[in-house]
Amino acid sequence: MNRSNQRWLLGVWLFLGSLISCSAWAETQLNLTKGVTAVSREVYDLHMLALYICTAIGVVVFGAMFWSMAFHRKSKGAKAADFHESTKVEILWTAIPIVILIAMAVPATSTLIDMENNANSDVTIQVTGSQWKWHYKYFDQGIEYYSVLSTPREEYENQNGSFAGNGNSKNENYLLEVDKPLVIPVNKKVRFLITSDDVIHAWWVPAFAVKQDANPGFINEAWTKVDEPGVYRGQCAELCGKDHGFMPIVVEVKSEQDYSIWLDEQKALVAQAADAEQASLSASMSKEELMQLGESTYMAHCAACHQPTGLGLPPTFPALKGSAVAIQGSIAEHIGLVQNGKGMMPPFGKQLSLAEIAAVVTYERNAWGNDTGDLVQSADVKATGGE
Amino acid sequence: MTTDIINDSVADTHSDDHHDHKMTGIKRWLYTTNHKDIGTLYLWFSFIMLLTGGAMAMVIRAELFQPGLQLVDPDFFNQLTTVHGLIMVFGAIMPAFTGFANWMIPMMIGAPDMALPRMNNWSFWILPFAFAILLSSFFMESGAPNFGWTFYAPLSTTYSNGSTAFFVFAVHIMGISSIMGAINIVVTIMNLRAPGMTYMKMPLFVWTFFITAYLLIAVMPVLAGVVTMLLTDTYFGTSFFDAAGGGDPVMFQHIFWFFGHPEVYIMILPAFGIVSTIIPAFARKKLFGYSSMVYATSSIALLSFIVWAHHMFTTGMPLFGELFFMYCTMLIAVPTGVKVFNWVATMWRGSMTFETPMLFSIAFVILFTIGGFSGLMLALTPVDFQYHDTYFVVAHFHYVLVTGSLFSIYAGAYYWLPKWTGHMYSESLAKWHFWCSLISVNLLFFPMHFLGLAGMPRRIPDYALQFADFNKWVSIGGFAFGLSQLIFLAVVIKCIKGGEKAPAKPWDGAEGLEWTVASPAPYHTFSTPPKVD
Repeated sequence: MNRSNQRWLLGVWLFLGSLISCSAWAETQLNLTKGVTAVSREVYDLHMLALYICTAIGVVVFGAMFWSMAFHRKSKGAKAADFHESTKVEILWTAIPIVILIAMAVPATSTLIDMENNANSDVTIQVTGSQWKWHYKYFDQGIEYYSVLSTPREEYENQNGSFAGNGNSKNENYLLEVDKPLVIPVNKKVRFLITSDDVIHAWWVPAFAVKQDANPGFINEAWTKVDEPGVYRGQCAELCGKDHGFMPIVVEVKSEQDYSIWLDEQKALVAQAADAEQASLSASMSKEELMQLGESTYMAHCAACHQPTGLGLPPTFPALKGSAVAIQGSIAEHIGLVQNGKGMMPPFGKQLSLAEIAAVVTYERNAWGNDTGDLVQSADVKATGGE
Repeated sequence: MTTDIINDSVADTHSDDHHDHKMTGIKRWLYTTNHKDIGTLYLWFSFIMLLTGGAMAMVIRAELFQPGLQLVDPDFFNQLTTVHGLIMVFGAIMPAFTGFANWMIPMMIGAPDMALPRMNNWSFWILPFAFAILLSSFFMESGAPNFGWTFYAPLSTTYSNGSTAFFVFAVHIMGISSIMGAINIVVTIMNLRAPGMTYMKMPLFVWTFFITAYLLIAVMPVLAGVVTMLLTDTYFGTSFFDAAGGGDPVMFQHIFWFFGHPEVYIMILPAFGIVSTIIPAFARKKLFGYSSMVYATSSIALLSFIVWAHHMFTTGMPLFGELFFMYCTMLIAVPTGVKVFNWVATMWRGSMTFETPMLFSIAFVILFTIGGFSGLMLALTPVDFQYHDTYFVVAHFHYVLVTGSLFSIYAGAYYWLPKWTGHMYSESLAKWHFWCSLISVNLLFFPMHFLGLAGMPRRIPDYALQFADFNKWVSIGGFAFGLSQLIFLAVVIKCIKGGEKAPAKPWDGAEGLEWTVASPAPYHTFSTPPKVD
């Protein structure tokens, strides 16, 4: 082997070595998760059963092929035999697979019957998907909130730090973290009623083996009963438009005690928010305050479509900079659009407080050189029919 | 044109190749009614589409090389995955098989041409327009369709961008082309077989195309129907798939997959036919269980109509529905298994050599079977809840469509290149193509199983950090596989330009009427039907 050849090989090894070493293989998951529920473990066992059966069939079939390729080759002087049919053999290799399939179908059927038994739940939560966030509503508790991706936009748009490297500028739960996780109690049967406000989404948490489509106008059911407290992460599993990859699911499973503490906290927060809403009606915010709150609200809820620059992604997502609604139109019309939505634009009336709507409308009418000088207060929002 | 027909009817049995009254230049190709010319057009068209769709896949893999959004924005990413899928299904795989059907079926059954030659011309020449319409949407303000090749409503109706109408009309034209091609295949096989060639004496290749053509005629109108409903929902205010108007978005999926599931067999049954031709030739031994192969193919085709909802287990079907579709789907493993066992039995105690067509066929049997295994796992409803819409599914259908359908197309191309061009292709270059493809395609698709099991959803432009390692490998495999296909282009061009003169029958174990005519096949063959006993 000559020198340049050696150098080339060394290069290849270095390249392969760098690929392996730069990655944390220890964390790389190869197999399906066992999960944390009785059902998810059944599903895992079924997966392993199917995998073992397929592997065994593979070993036999591919073994016969490789044997034949090794020994029945012309270069070894093999003469072709002339058999070419046998009804007995055909019946045999029709019958054996049927038996194997029945062996798989029996456990699959019993697991499926378990999974579809939604009766006798302790807690019921309505899960609503919309572009591109999840909404959770606890039945009979008066608690409801949106759960939105909390990974900062700069991280996935690579605006902070290097282009290279495996996420040295990205935090641990990159794209799998939300502002407010769903909270459920441990060891209780929790039933999910899943639906959608716009397109089809799918609510999936691998650790629970729950994946159910969220269909607009219809309600699907699923349930889980988790054994261990902890934080479990999942993602939307049905293509739902531009930011399909950016609507994760985080579920925090708490002990019964912690769960009831959490419920009380949430109820207190709801009361507080109602008070704040009331207070904001009589308060008057300065332009600076409005612009500040408006900017943060805009970045969290509007920028995905209309872009941080206000330029949008026309023609699907129109620009707000210099737009008719933001400059020429009346303030009331503008507020109405944010509250009630129109076409693809979702309604935000339910999601944002009066002050936030007031601030975001102010921001949109004054940012990016729109400079209308209009100030909008909570009372104005209330006056146009806000809740 | 008339002179052609008159000439054809004046049977000249001794010198078939002396009465080519073909036009020259571009007119020859535009006006041709010759099955060999049209077959060539189909094959070249499908290869161009393969490279186009492949280029899109390379951009997708480059974006997914590492976490973060690097090259394309999420909306354009969705446009790429959508059009990649549409092009590969309707532009690369299906026209390639129609190309094989055109070239080989008349020569295999001893017919002078396809039964409906003018329709044949039309069914090809509308295809480039269909894809020009589809691809032109990339250059429009709204961009190309971005709702996935399965175009689920209401993402493709109320929430679609402005180019949906172009997508719908492109699919209509592709459908018309497929239906006409399929009618032609059925009519040719039923009417133009050489005397003595009964149905059970037809080569298995012909059988698989015969059955596939029936599937096409049955389901392409369903596709046309569903895209039309999509069109009226989007532009004319109907509510087929909108709950607010009394419709149902899940009904879209039922109709789509009633087309879509037979469609996947449309893309794999002809592959079975090609491989069932090649393995006996290089094992120098008759195909094991010919009649059971015919019955197995028919059973798969029939079962394909009652399994569609296995694509929809998570849509909220009732338990009974889930059980029914699970059992029916599992049942497909039986005839498919019979086919694999028959191929192995054909190789068993043969006298094998390993020219490139055989290498691709053997790789087909093994890798298609791996795709079949993951298919069986996906059939189990409870586990499908975990696999559904993850990279496990992406791995599964790429194993059956790339290492399945595409590999069989390569196998067939190498097998019949000497007949088509009159020259032997370069075996060493072809082996480079095979080994580079084999290694890179497994690097590309095998780790996708792991990604899916670990929880990576499909159709996402960016992913969590635990998926980073495998995605890097997958992307490297993708680039290597894409580039390897250029070797095939080199082999074909070299083979057309020259090379060792091919005898009438270059493969000593080959059987069939196509090998009784000279290489390259004369422009008109079997003007007088041969006698088959």
